[in-house]
Amino acid sequence: MNNLSSPTQPTTATCPACGLLCDDVTPNAAAAVSVKNGCSKAIQFFEQSFNANIDASPSLAGKPCNLDTAIKAAASLLDKSKSALFAGLGTEVQGMRSLMRLAEKTHATLDHMHSNSTVRNTLTMQNGGWLTTTLAEVKNRADVILAIGTDIATSHPRFFEKAVWNTESLFNKPTPEVIYLGVPAEKTKAGTAPNGTTPTVIDADTGNLPEIINALNALMNNKKIKTDSAGGVSVATLTALLDKLKAAKYAVIVWSAGSFKFSHAELTIQSITQLINLLNENIRAAGLPLNSGDGDSSVNSTSTWLSGYPTRSRYVDGKPEYDTYHFSTSKLANSCDALLWVSTFNPHSPPATTAPTIVIGHPATKFERQPDVFIPVGIPGVDHTGQMFRMDSSITLPLEKLRDSKLPKLNDVINKIEAALSNIDKASAD
Amino acid sequence: MITLLKNGKLYDPAHGKDGVVEDIYIHQGRIVPKPLDNAKISQTYDLAGKVVMAGAIDMHSHIGGGKVNIARMMLPEYQQQYQQRQAQELKNASDPEAHICTPHCSHHATPSATDTGFRYIEMGYTAAFEPAISPINARQAHLEMGDTPMIDKGGYAMLGNDDYFLRMLAEQKNKGLDQKAINDYVAWVLHATQAIGIKVVNPGGINAFKFNQRRLNLDENNVHYQVSPREILQSLSKAVHDLGIAKPLHVHCNNLGAAGNFETTLNTMSASDGLPMHLTHIQFHSYGTEGDKKFSSAAAQIAEALNKNKHITADVGQILFNQTVTASGDAMMQHLNAKHANPKKSVIMDVECDAGCGVLPFKYRDQNYVNALQWAIGLEIFLSVEDPWRIFLTTDHPNGAPFTSYPHLIRLLMDKSFRNEAFAKLNLDAQAMSNLTTLEREYSLYEIAIMTRAGASKLIGLNDRGHLGVGASADITVYTDQADREAMFSKPDYVFKNGELVVRNGQVVKVVWGATHTAKPAFDLSVEKELKDYFDKYQTMQMDNFKISDDEISDDGRGSVIVHKQ
Repeated sequence: MNNLSSPTQPTTATCPACGLLCDDVTPNAAAAVSVKNGCSKAIQFFEQSFNANIDASPSLAGKPCNLDTAIKAAASLLDKSKSALFAGLGTEVQGMRSLMRLAEKTHATLDHMHSNSTVRNTLTMQNGGWLTTTLAEVKNRADVILAIGTDIATSHPRFFEKAVWNTESLFNKPTPEVIYLGVPAEKTKAGTAPNGTTPTVIDADTGNLPEIINALNALMNNKKIKTDSAGGVSVATLTALLDKLKAAKYAVIVWSAGSFKFSHAELTIQSITQLINLLNENIRAAGLPLNSGDGDSSVNSTSTWLSGYPTRSRYVDGKPEYDTYHFSTSKLANSCDALLWVSTFNPHSPPATTAPTIVIGHPATKFERQPDVFIPVGIPGVDHTGQMFRMDSSITLPLEKLRDSKLPKLNDVINKIEAALSNIDKASAD
Repeated sequence: MITLLKNGKLYDPAHGKDGVVEDIYIHQGRIVPKPLDNAKISQTYDLAGKVVMAGAIDMHSHIGGGKVNIARMMLPEYQQQYQQRQAQELKNASDPEAHICTPHCSHHATPSATDTGFRYIEMGYTAAFEPAISPINARQAHLEMGDTPMIDKGGYAMLGNDDYFLRMLAEQKNKGLDQKAINDYVAWVLHATQAIGIKVVNPGGINAFKFNQRRLNLDENNVHYQVSPREILQSLSKAVHDLGIAKPLHVHCNNLGAAGNFETTLNTMSASDGLPMHLTHIQFHSYGTEGDKKFSSAAAQIAEALNKNKHITADVGQILFNQTVTASGDAMMQHLNAKHANPKKSVIMDVECDAGCGVLPFKYRDQNYVNALQWAIGLEIFLSVEDPWRIFLTTDHPNGAPFTSYPHLIRLLMDKSFRNEAFAKLNLDAQAMSNLTTLEREYSLYEIAIMTRAGASKLIGLNDRGHLGVGASADITVYTDQADREAMFSKPDYVFKNGELVVRNGQVVKVVWGATHTAKPAFDLSVEKELKDYFDKYQTMQMDNFKISDDEISDDGRGSVIVHKQ
């Protein structure tokens, strides 16, 4: 018995093009692809998806073959491997579930293509924790939004439309003040309110953010700063910024670990989280870490409940191990003895490697060197259903199937590879 | 194919059987009457002298969903330490003396979904219920539970801090109560989240924290909505009662962990005007302010009130000494308690105008006054509450201790000298503040079977689980009767899940996948009109995507949804 109404024909779809997972878009696969409610990233994503060849054939070293042959070849390569690397991992929950099982059976190491960014946040969280919020809280509560080192809109185009410029909110709050710190002025247009109010822009080099955030923390702790400026920003400006945050009812500090391209960025993120903790002694404030996409939030969440660890992990004799330093794609690309590259949302190419390479991914993937095995698979949210985690990690949304496609699902392909392995550990859990 | 379990000693409180020697016949996953003499018995297990109980049911254990996964992600060192201990087959040298462990007592506070299922079934548990599903996070909770093998599962959806409900209650306070509208919303949430019960955590407090309130007492108003926790409890307990679902409103009281909170707890018992309510992890809500340290046991007052108030049930949330992690929806109180985190880190979240979350690692130490007294308070409650049908065995996994500590806890309840020996090793000031050694009671096997089987099943409304009667699902655990109850309950001889042998000598021999238990009371579908408008205006997802279909749970070919008719 289920009394809930169920829409027979979904009129809207969930867009996996960025971490916002907007679920109010209506893609139209006509000759000129259009997407109702779609942003630039959505249009680019659905154009690329609808133009992809749904008849694409698997291939061995560039020579077309049937799916069964490709699956056997992939299984054979993994059978021979002792230290395979499963990288890319551009997939959703169901795809990751199957990849985890295959990794357990083949003793493979798992790393997502955006781990460089994710790890900066994860290390911060593991070291000191944090206080964070989610999109609907921002939409209804935020009165000051501080974006540090990220313009937000480039990576998450509808953020301002959905969570900042909303005219209706539960508590009749004012339109939030938007402040950019360490973001080039030309990238701050999205922060201009519909009524023309321009954002506050505090100009600074991204590379100076560690110094600037530390100075903010020092000021927050009522420490005197003996110079006039920190990281090129005047202390007066920083003090004024703090005063705005301290006067907020619900301040939200947004950062994108992917934008922090300086060494030991996790320390700067930790410094941001400390600032948030201090603000919460008197007002409410929260962080909002942005993700990088290609299913990174989904893959890390799934990995964590299945093995106890996020990615940059591996199985050794059925036991998971975790090492954010040693298990990176860049460290292992040349020392692994087989590379399985997965990228289903976008046609990202695998990294250069001398190891035998299996690519399971977007039909439009281009190669400098043809991989030993290429299996084009369906695009989640276009060719088949799935489940994905939003950038704020608490919300999981279903992906829709938008067209009939001959492209197989990643998890079906992976399950078939698993079944074709000759050295299956019969005693293992699944 | 009929399986015969022969000559076992049955402890089946649902049928008043206290050690009765009887045969059990299993056919197609169910317990069946004795077949005709000429029926073919395909397999017989001779259980002479063995203790036979239904599979145990954990009615409150954080096994899936956002905060559990945050705990895993935040604490990779727990699993690393666990694996090192396993690899060395050594007990952790720093284990407090008061906790004598078996090798099965892993202290792994953040097991993966796979581990969770395996460790439960190895102890003879065949079902566990996630007590804190925030509705907006329900899909994740079900994904995780879907990857939890061996056991049945289910969950309670959290309400009472969501802005939709509080807004409705506040409006009604001005314009007149409309209980039907509340009931329809509560039923809609049960359907949408595939839950079997409703929980409220720190009624109104998590929401108040978002408005910068730092504490909320039972009769204090949420600063924005101007409604009190008492009003929230009245409204939700009435809704649960009117809808006719079995599981009483699951209440995590205000003032979690605060010295002096026992008065809030006592007052909360009266908040439902006599309607059934379940007060969860009551140990954490039974603290007085007596003594030099202004922290004392109020177990006697709480137990007395529980004995008197027959409409109230409770689970204990026993703490046991060691490293664990506390994962709670109570963002308000967890933020306040973050200074006590050990190691010093915490994740606090405001979640989507729906809920909150606070995760902090915690190390309970037997030489710490407060921790030692918490341990004693839990046991005092267990031993002072007279009716085992109204008190349940939990550690609020992982908040008081990992669920793998249950065999140890059972021994503490069943073995007075073992308990008193452990007590004698505690912080001396704490010993001086507890009457534990004056409590002579030792739980019987029959009472343990009530607390962990028959009572839990009755409470949640799992009609065909938790007992050994004809028609019951053949979830059955067989133990060797041993004087060392910890050893006994750590390692059952056999566990049958839906009639299949899945554990032999405490080891999984077959991997199976359990079902998800739900309750879906009828309601007026027109409730969706206003909800859709609310989602469109204020939420950041479509209403239809909030709802979890049966297919999402069963599509992988392993899961299934069971709807319990109430």
